[in-house]
Amino acid sequence: MDLDPLVLSRIQFAFVVCFHAIFPVFTIGLASTIAGFETLSFKTNNPIWQKLSKFWIQVFAVVFGMGVVSGIVMSFQFGTNWSNFSYATANFLGPVLSYEVITAFFLEAAFLGVLLFGRDKVPQGVHLFAAIMVATGTFISSFWILAANSLLQTPDGLVLVKGMYHVVSWADALFNPSFAYRFAHMALASFLTAAFVVAGVSAWFLIQKREVQANRKALSVALWFLLFLAPLQAIVGDFHGLNTLKHQPTKVAAMEGNWETGKGVPLLLFAIPDKENQTNHFEVKIPNMASFVLTHDWDGEVPGLKDVPIEEQPPVFAVFWAFRVMVAMGLLMIGFAIWGLFLRIGGKYYQSTMFLNGLRLMSLSPFFAVLAGWIVTETGRAPWLIYQQMTHAQGLTPSLTGAMALFTLIGYVIVYALVFSAGVYYLLKVFRGGLEKANAPHELDSIERPSRPFSAAHASLDEEGEK
Amino acid sequence: MEQPFDLTLIWAGIIGFGIMMYVLMDGFDLGQGILFPFAPNEHTRDVMMNSVAPVWDGNETWLVLGGAGLLAAFPLVYSVFLPALYIGVFLLLAGLIFRGVAFEFRFKAKTSRYLWNWAFAGGSTVAAFAQGAVVGAYIQGFKTENLVYVGGALDWLTPFTVITGAGLVAGYALLGSTWLIMKSEGEVQDWAYKLTPRLLLGVLAVFAIVSVYTPFVDPFVKSRWFDSVSLIWLLPALAMYCAFIIFRAVKKRDEGLPFVATMGLFVFSYLALLASKWPYIVPPNYTIYDAASAPESQLFLLLGFLFVIPIVLAYTAWTYWVFRGKVKATGYH
Ligand code: HDD
Ligand code: HEM
Ligand code: HEM
Repeated sequence: MDLDPLVLSRIQFAFVVCFHAIFPVFTIGLASTIAGFETLSFKTNNPIWQKLSKFWIQVFAVVFGMGVVSGIVMSFQFGTNWSNFSYATANFLGPVLSYEVITAFFLEAAFLGVLLFGRDKVPQGVHLFAAIMVATGTFISSFWILAANSLLQTPDGLVLVKGMYHVVSWADALFNPSFAYRFAHMALASFLTAAFVVAGVSAWFLIQKREVQANRKALSVALWFLLFLAPLQAIVGDFHGLNTLKHQPTKVAAMEGNWETGKGVPLLLFAIPDKENQTNHFEVKIPNMASFVLTHDWDGEVPGLKDVPIEEQPPVFAVFWAFRVMVAMGLLMIGFAIWGLFLRIGGKYYQSTMFLNGLRLMSLSPFFAVLAGWIVTETGRAPWLIYQQMTHAQGLTPSLTGAMALFTLIGYVIVYALVFSAGVYYLLKVFRGGLEKANAPHELDSIERPSRPFSAAHASLDEEGEK
Repeated sequence: MEQPFDLTLIWAGIIGFGIMMYVLMDGFDLGQGILFPFAPNEHTRDVMMNSVAPVWDGNETWLVLGGAGLLAAFPLVYSVFLPALYIGVFLLLAGLIFRGVAFEFRFKAKTSRYLWNWAFAGGSTVAAFAQGAVVGAYIQGFKTENLVYVGGALDWLTPFTVITGAGLVAGYALLGSTWLIMKSEGEVQDWAYKLTPRLLLGVLAVFAIVSVYTPFVDPFVKSRWFDSVSLIWLLPALAMYCAFIIFRAVKKRDEGLPFVATMGLFVFSYLALLASKWPYIVPPNYTIYDAASAPESQLFLLLGFLFVIPIVLAYTAWTYWVFRGKVKATGYH
């Protein structure tokens, strides 16, 4: 079998970027959460907030660490596997990624040190400031990286001269047509991720009746946020889709699984898209609904995949199903937020074991939604690397052989598998330790206290140790 | 396009500065990893790791800046070096991943702590070696046609690059041990004092090999150094002087000077290397001007740099100040 460097590079890029993406989306939201806890602690002096903050900072440290190391890989992926693409877009991508480093990464890295290790070395106000700076850094970072990604989706403000893009308007290029939607959608996704993880973990602690007072507070705050964020995300997502319809109609056709351009198009709840035969199997549909969602008119016109030749159609199956997974997650989230509201009106939301167990499961939902969303966006753009301007094949590194690409692909899979399992293992350990351990005087086992087993023993370490 | 000043030259200076910052700052924390297996006991390892835990992330960010900055100012370097060094870059990144997560995981591990010790040591050593090999590959030059790399996957791996790789491992270990002298006390410090002169000898040996070897294989470098005896001879002389200061300072058990002098040693050797190749940035074919990006892009980023980098340096300095002083094995996290 011939090893195709193009296919292998795409698999590698998708793998590496998906791996990276799940960490930032969590840290962006969690950084703001921690800044929030620190602010409340500073303002109210209620020790509960500091307790919560200390615990979530432990979680943050592990996730952030994995985000950083996988991100460093990302910044070299462009050059190793997509050198033609990098060279062609360097005039834009270079400055944008550099700005991301100098305005965001340095900020995060420097203040992260103070946030993690400096609680006893700087005044509380300065520590709070560090927390806010880390949170700010994560947003600055998303700004630049999403501007870069959006430009590849909806290029603007560039001209191509002798194989290299030149920027004619930085404003047009940065604030390209899809940027604002993508930024809003992604920011909400990050908040949703943090809110669901905090809710799920607090719910789990409440089931076990641990640190009830603090975890109840955390759960309550998270539920209020969800009630507001989950519906908002659906609305923003709708606008995002309408914008995509305008600029990338073929992607929307793939999302809807619609082959022929036409009026009064049905919304498919289920189907097996078949690109080879240019049709769907086993359709389950709601008549006219897709036209209504996309054009807000029951008879509106929806673009079809057959408008472009088959080589220019994206992998329909993946886009179609990834979109359904994302929207299903979004609707489930709204459902849970409303359920929480009803239980709250009844006054007993923290006593319904069914609800709390449901929240535990839901803490994974944002990660599925985020990955699915990115697959819609990125796979839906295929075969274009820069929409309607450069294909994946044109962007590939010319000297890359299949063997080289296979070697690094296997390498990254092994490395990430090891790192990821270790990361999840330690995260679970931090969760098991709970607020109690994070607030114990020596939560870090130093050499004076070697190898204790880390099971239930910790819970009893200092039940009322610190208040 | 006519420019009132030479943007490309300014950018060469900035990138050169960024890479220098990276080498110095990540050098001393990679050095902790390289020395890890040789540490006399677990207590020493705790001190070593704690001495860099709050700052390593910031240090590594200079590498990311180096990558992104090259893409922005000299895209040709980015699009030739990375494909040419494909396998080496993978090793570098894999090394950085393992040592990066080891910081977090080792603190949380108990029975598996020895595994993270190895991840930290192995990752740091591989990363340092790969960087040294990149330096060697740069001296060797790259096979290019029409602005594209056309060589093979392992062209970069030669006896020469193995030597430069080993040299940088020794060099980072030296930065690491002199840093440790400054940040530790008692038993740990004694150990670092003992180690430093040996590491320095190793570094000087590699210097000698590289200096003798390079002019022989590269006529360009030969004529640069030997055609007319010029000011550039000052650079290796200053580097040697720094080496001398390190020896003397260790003997006198000076605490800060060995580290400062090691930095000096690095700076002068680095400048000497650049002077040998100037103005070629993708040797043997392309100069900094061939490799440059569009002037409007260089200008757009330059404005930001002038404004932001001083602020970055200021708060970076501030974090070093927050964590100043001697490091103990406990008390962090
Ligand atoms: C700055 C640009 C940028 C950003 C922020 C992202 N991507 Fe992307 N993505 C690309 C730039 C890109 C690309 C360079 O355009 C790729 C690489 C090669 C390719 O196939 O397109 C791509 C491909 C690509 C593919 C493969 C598509 C295919 O081959 O059919 C997937 C699944 C993702 N990306 C997923 C993501 C995720 C989960 C991201 C979240 C962080 C993400 N992308 C951010
Ligand atoms: C392909 C595109 C991407 C590249 C090249 C990339 C590059 C990087 C790099 C190099 C780092 C490490 C920085 C450090 O040393 O601290 C990083 C971390 C980070 N990235 Fe990405 N990234 C990409 C996609 C994204 C996306 C889509 C987002 C979010 C919207 C994002 C948000 C972040 C954040 C917040 C961090 C900080 C560290 C963390 O939270 O784990 N990145 N990224
Ligand atoms: C419930 C209704 C939702 C709708 C209608 C919706 C709509 C969309 C659309 C149309 C896109 C593709 C845009 C494009 O490629 O041009 C998209 C992408 C995306 N979605 Fe959603 N979404 C919803 C919920 C969610 C949720 C709950 C999350 C995560 C918590 C999420 C995360 C993402 C992400 C990360 C992307 C990729 C980045 C981007 O293009 O913005 N979405 N969404």
